[in-house]
Order: sequence, then C-alpha cells, then structure tokens
Amino acid sequence: MIVAVIAAAVLLTVAALLALVRVERGPSMLDRAVALDALTITLVGAIAVEAIWSRRTETIPILVALSMVGFVGSVTMARFAAKEPESEGAPHSREEVAAQARAADVPRGEQRGGPRGAETDDEGSTDR
Amino acid sequence: MTHVEPGLWTTIADVVAAVCLLAGAFLTLGAGVGLTRFPSLLARMHTVTKPQVLGLVLMLTALALRVRSWSAIAMLVLVVAFQLVTSPVAAHMVGRAGFRTGKVDPDDLRPNEFGEPD
Amino acid sequence: MSLHPRRRPVRLLRRLGSQWHALALLTIVWVLLWGDLTWANVLAGAAIASVVVIMFPLPAITMQGTVRPGRALVLVGRFVADLFVASFEVAWSAIKPGPTPHGAIVAVRLRNPEDAYLTITAVMSSLVPGSLVVEARRSTGVVYLHVLDIDAYGGPEAVRRDTLALEERVLRAFASDAVLARCGLAPEDAAAALDAARPGEGDAR
Repeated sequence: MIVAVIAAAVLLTVAALLALVRVERGPSMLDRAVALDALTITLVGAIAVEAIWSRRTETIPILVALSMVGFVGSVTMARFAAKEPESEGAPHSREEVAAQARAADVPRGEQRGGPRGAETDDEGSTDR
Repeated sequence: MTHVEPGLWTTIADVVAAVCLLAGAFLTLGAGVGLTRFPSLLARMHTVTKPQVLGLVLMLTALALRVRSWSAIAMLVLVVAFQLVTSPVAAHMVGRAGFRTGKVDPDDLRPNEFGEPD
Repeated sequence: MSLHPRRRPVRLLRRLGSQWHALALLTIVWVLLWGDLTWANVLAGAAIASVVVIMFPLPAITMQGTVRPGRALVLVGRFVADLFVASFEVAWSAIKPGPTPHGAIVAVRLRNPEDAYLTITAVMSSLVPGSLVVEARRSTGVVYLHVLDIDAYGGPEAVRRDTLALEERVLRAFASDAVLARCGLAPEDAAAALDAARPGEGDAR
C-alpha cells in the first residue's frame, strides 16, 4: 500500500504543478479559472490519498465542502469574463459576430418554455 | 480513525484500493498534462471534465474500500454526485463564455458548424 | 390578501406538495451529509428542505415521464463504461507525444427539446463521448458540441450518431410512451421484442 500511496502522491504533485503552470501562463481569466478548478479537484484527491494512507474519516467532510464549492469560482468567472477588455483574447471573428447577432435577434415571444425562458435561453444579454 | 480487522477480505480490498488509487492518480496526471499541453481553451476543458472527474471518483472508491464505514461512504457518494453534476455545468459555462467572447480561435475548429443555418 | 386570509398557507403547502421530489432529494443529501440514518436527521433534513423549497422557489420542471428501471440501468451502465473509455482516451491523448489533436464543433439536433431531457442528455454527453457542450438552444433543441479529436472520432456524423444514441437511451429510460412515439422511436414493447430478436443490436453504437 505504501508504494501505491507514494506513487499516487507523486503523480498528484506533478498534476498540481502542471495546473499551476497553466494558472501562471493564462492567457485569459477563463484559462486560469479552469486551471484553478483542476487544482481544487487535485487537492481533494490529495486529501483523499492522505485519508487512504491513515484510514482516517475525519477529513472526509473537507472533501465534501471542497467539491461543493470548487466549481463556484469558475462559474462566477465565466459569468463576468465578458467584462474583460476585448483585446485580451482573439479578435472578433465572423462567426462570433454572427452568433451575437443571432442571439440578439431572437424575439422574446418566440422562446419556448415558462417563466425561466428569458433568463436561461438568452444569457448573452447579461454577459455583454 | 477507523479500526479494520485484518483478514483475507481486508487484503483483497486493499489491493483493489491500491489499483483504483493508482489509476485515479494517473488520470489526474493526464488531466494536468493536458491542461498544460493542449493549445486551446476548449481542448483544455475536456481534460478538466473527463479524466479529472473519473480520477477523483477512482481515488474516492479507494478511500471507501480502505475505511469501510457507512457514514464515510455516504459522504463520499455525495462528493461523487456533486462532481458528476457540477463539473459539466462549470465546463459548459466556461466554454460558452470563452466562445462568446472570442477567446477561441474559430479557424482552429474544422468543421465549425456553429452559426450555420439549422 | 386580506380577503383571502387562508390562501398563503394553502399555496405554500401546495408548493411543497408539487415539489416533493426536490424535498426528498434535499433530505437525502442532508442525511448523507451527516452520514447516519436517524429520525432526528431525517426530520431536520425535511425541515431544512422545506425552508429551502419555500425560500428559493424554482419553476416546476415539466417532465411527465415514467422511470423504466431496466432502461435506466442500461443508461447508467453504458454511462459508466463510456466514462472510463472517454477518460482514458483523453488522458492518453494528453500524454502521448506528437501533435495535439484537432478539435471541431458539431451541431446536433436532438429529437426532443424538452428541458429535462435536453439537460440530462447535455450533461451526460459533456462527461461521456469525447465532447463538450458549448451552446444549447432550447428553442430548437440544437446542442453545439466541441469534440476534442474529430479525426479519431470519425467525423461529425459519428458525433451526431453517438449523441442521438445517448438521447435515445435517456428517452427510453425516462420518457413516456407518447413522447417516444412523437420522437419517432418505437414504443417500449416493440423495442423489447426487437432487442430480443437481435441481441446486442439495440444498444450498440
């Protein structure tokens, strides 16, 4: 067991370092959000490896809490990502402009569904 | 700290746990490598959804096999369920935001059927 | 309000009744969090779940489906198998030396654009067949999937085929016979007979 635990710890450490490399390199906030997400899950894995080694159950609530809140960061960043200056990413392309025009063109009345239709189908209005 | 009786079943469970642990750690490493190597945002999202989630699931399976107490397993089931539900949601949100704000180069995508008439 | 003094409690009770599955789910989560099944935990969980359902109301999900246990088992089993295959494929394509794979975006029009089934299919296809949902249009039921390695996958047609097969498994597990018929899928009895006649064909890719 000790061999497996050490090997897993090494693999997880390398994975965490690689995620940190991506956090440092960017290039956009979204890339960093994704990498931080991966780092959180790797951390959950590392805590699990320690618990596997010592057969302890006291740290399991930490796993629950981390896995519940881990995704909040990247979702929040995704919501506000559009507020970055445009120059940070690739320039606007034909498809991108077409997509925005399409999203803006859909009249509210045509959207299917009940009271949530306006918020779920057309989130672009809040992103921009 | 749980006390586990030594015996044949404990040995078998430990061996299975070790295999799960190594496979899970390998998948996590694969996710990390993909995160650094893949050239585009959307490609990197793939590594954070699939290998990362299954890697965590495997490591938590190993933990469940090691501690073997029902209350711990209940919480681990919860962790797995949250991961399976939240990670596609997070990936979708990030991918869509990146796509809409032009952080994805559309020329990299062949074919790119987005924006074509349905 | 003053004309109907008893209306509010009745409405609250009705909302609790109409969202009983949300209540049950939240109670189960609470019990799992505490890790043991006692009356105190169940009651506390039910109380907190009621507060959550009343304070943060969500629109009811329109899903007049049935659950077919056999088909649901097929769905889950296939999902786990696909999750393993997809995960090791992605991990391997990340680690193997050489040029990194070439991505693409494929539009797939699902048979049934109802919210519940669209959501389940989208979440499962994000986790499983080497794809990632970039956009989904509720109005038309079209999902736009990003595929990591389009050449290894076998082109856009293969993506469409696999996603529609996944949707069919979801529909067969949870949708009513009327929905199945509207989507052009054979009703459950005929499909079962077909499966029996051609073993393995029904769920193969």
